[in-house]
Amino acid sequence: MSATVASGGPYARGSAYARAFHGLMVRDARVLRRELVAFLLRTVMNPLLFVFVFTYVFPKIGRGLGGGPAGGVSFATVLVPGLIAVAVFFQGIAAVALPLATELGGTREIEDRLMAPLPIGLVAFEKVVFSTFQSVLAAIVVFPLLYLIPAEPVSVTIASWPLLIGVVLIAGLLAGFVGLLLGTVVPPRQIGLIFSLVVIPITFLGCVYYPWQQLGPIPWLKVLTLVNPLVYVSEGLRAAMTPSLPHMPVAAVLAALIAITAALAWVSTRSFVRRVTD
Amino acid sequence: MLAVDPRPLELRDVVKSYAHGAPNAVDGIDLVVEPGELFGLLGPNGAGKTTTVGIATTRVAPTDGRALVNGIDVVEDPARAKASLGVVTQFNTLDRACTVRENLDFHCRFFGASRRVAQHRADELLERFRLADRGGEMVTALSGGLAQRIQVARAIAHRPTIVFLDEPTAGLDPQSRIALWDVLGELRTDEGLTVVLTTHYMEEAEQFCDRVAIIDRGRILVCDAPDALRREHGNLAIATLGFADEPSASGAAARLRGFGTVDEDGATLRVRTPDGAGAVPGLVNAAGPGLRDLSLAEPSLETVFIALTGRELRE
Repeated sequence: MSATVASGGPYARGSAYARAFHGLMVRDARVLRRELVAFLLRTVMNPLLFVFVFTYVFPKIGRGLGGGPAGGVSFATVLVPGLIAVAVFFQGIAAVALPLATELGGTREIEDRLMAPLPIGLVAFEKVVFSTFQSVLAAIVVFPLLYLIPAEPVSVTIASWPLLIGVVLIAGLLAGFVGLLLGTVVPPRQIGLIFSLVVIPITFLGCVYYPWQQLGPIPWLKVLTLVNPLVYVSEGLRAAMTPSLPHMPVAAVLAALIAITAALAWVSTRSFVRRVTD
Repeated sequence: MLAVDPRPLELRDVVKSYAHGAPNAVDGIDLVVEPGELFGLLGPNGAGKTTTVGIATTRVAPTDGRALVNGIDVVEDPARAKASLGVVTQFNTLDRACTVRENLDFHCRFFGASRRVAQHRADELLERFRLADRGGEMVTALSGGLAQRIQVARAIAHRPTIVFLDEPTAGLDPQSRIALWDVLGELRTDEGLTVVLTTHYMEEAEQFCDRVAIIDRGRILVCDAPDALRREHGNLAIATLGFADEPSASGAAARLRGFGTVDEDGATLRVRTPDGAGAVPGLVNAAGPGLRDLSLAEPSLETVFIALTGRELRE
């Protein structure tokens, strides 16, 4: 075992890193399996209540959410990409930031993983990769709720599977890096605060409940929301799943998502390495 | 073929400064640990022991100097260095989300073991560390001594050739301490493991270490076998006399010089005397009425430390 990182060439080194990386994934998978119920509750609760109240209860009691988007599409349809975006995003942040707060806090229990024979930046990246997996899982769990609960018609047409999968994957990575940054920057004891200070504003101003282009009447908000990465996730999913709704051009969405993810990857990895090295 | 096998640990003029302007936490440490040695870094809290171990184990970036573990530069190639060393930190860093067995199992996986090999190794270690019946427990439920035993098991699970232990006996009950020394002894005999540990317990260092380095304020004061250090620096007993006030102390100082060298430190006097316990009645007489307490340290690493720094270790 001890000879795994041999002095051999780059190939031997790469394969040793890959094995260590895989070991970290195996550990995370075991922990997730143990906490699966908590994971599901965390993922399902928000979208479940949201679609239940706004697309089941409201129509039944004769209250609609005013107007409704262009094209006569139901509010329930608007919510499908939006709430999947939130689930992916929220899950990605939580899956990295919450455990990190404990691991970096009093117990320093991340120490053994930092001693694994691979560069420390890859220990951070493994967390993000694993959280992306959880984000995808969240999307898969949430979709049926959004489709089945509403009392009004939901029209989902997958315009492009590659786009759908691509946006979910990039969004998962992006959210994981946000979680990594928050988990290393926010003092562990205040990690709960990030949900009221970061996650909630991002969600409500993330074009989750309304397409971006319909913000026309409030121009300042339309511009301001462009700094919110969740906007691109919602819009990207709208383009992929509900193409009849207005949405941003796909190229703009992808460019923004990739640029933001790359920038966050750099900043958050640096922040992690600094946080764990004296 | 290399002419000389690399040393398990080699520190060359290692410096660490945490903040600009603050004194260096580690201030130019040179150190070579030989294969199979049990080496002790001895010194008071804040002397730089933990930082030194942190540098050697890749977790603290040195400001200057070089640190080599098994010939691998820990700054240039931390991943490879980490593969050949094991660490037991001062605090319990076991993975709270996992069971005892999983802590060992996953550790092996991190180091590239296959599932089967890792599980086999975990079982073997549970057996060896007499933990076989605790494997399924979550680590949150364990006592300090037990948690520490698992940390040692985990540190050696990937078969490193050198293992670092930071204050391994601090906060342990006497039984757990004895158990720890037993385990370390076994590992050295069976696997030729090199052990580097830090401690501020002089007696332990004296009893178990092949060599010790006494560290104070980021520097190594002396480095040798405990016996040799005692012979060279501490073959005098040290009597510490506490007086009611400074004037009575300084008054007594002159009368005490007949017993040996006297250091004055406020209302406290330290007399280094070759006579040991035999000198006590004479010292009490000579000290006079202002004397409030007297303690005598027989020649030991403790007296070596006092002789070198003018201070007591456990201040």
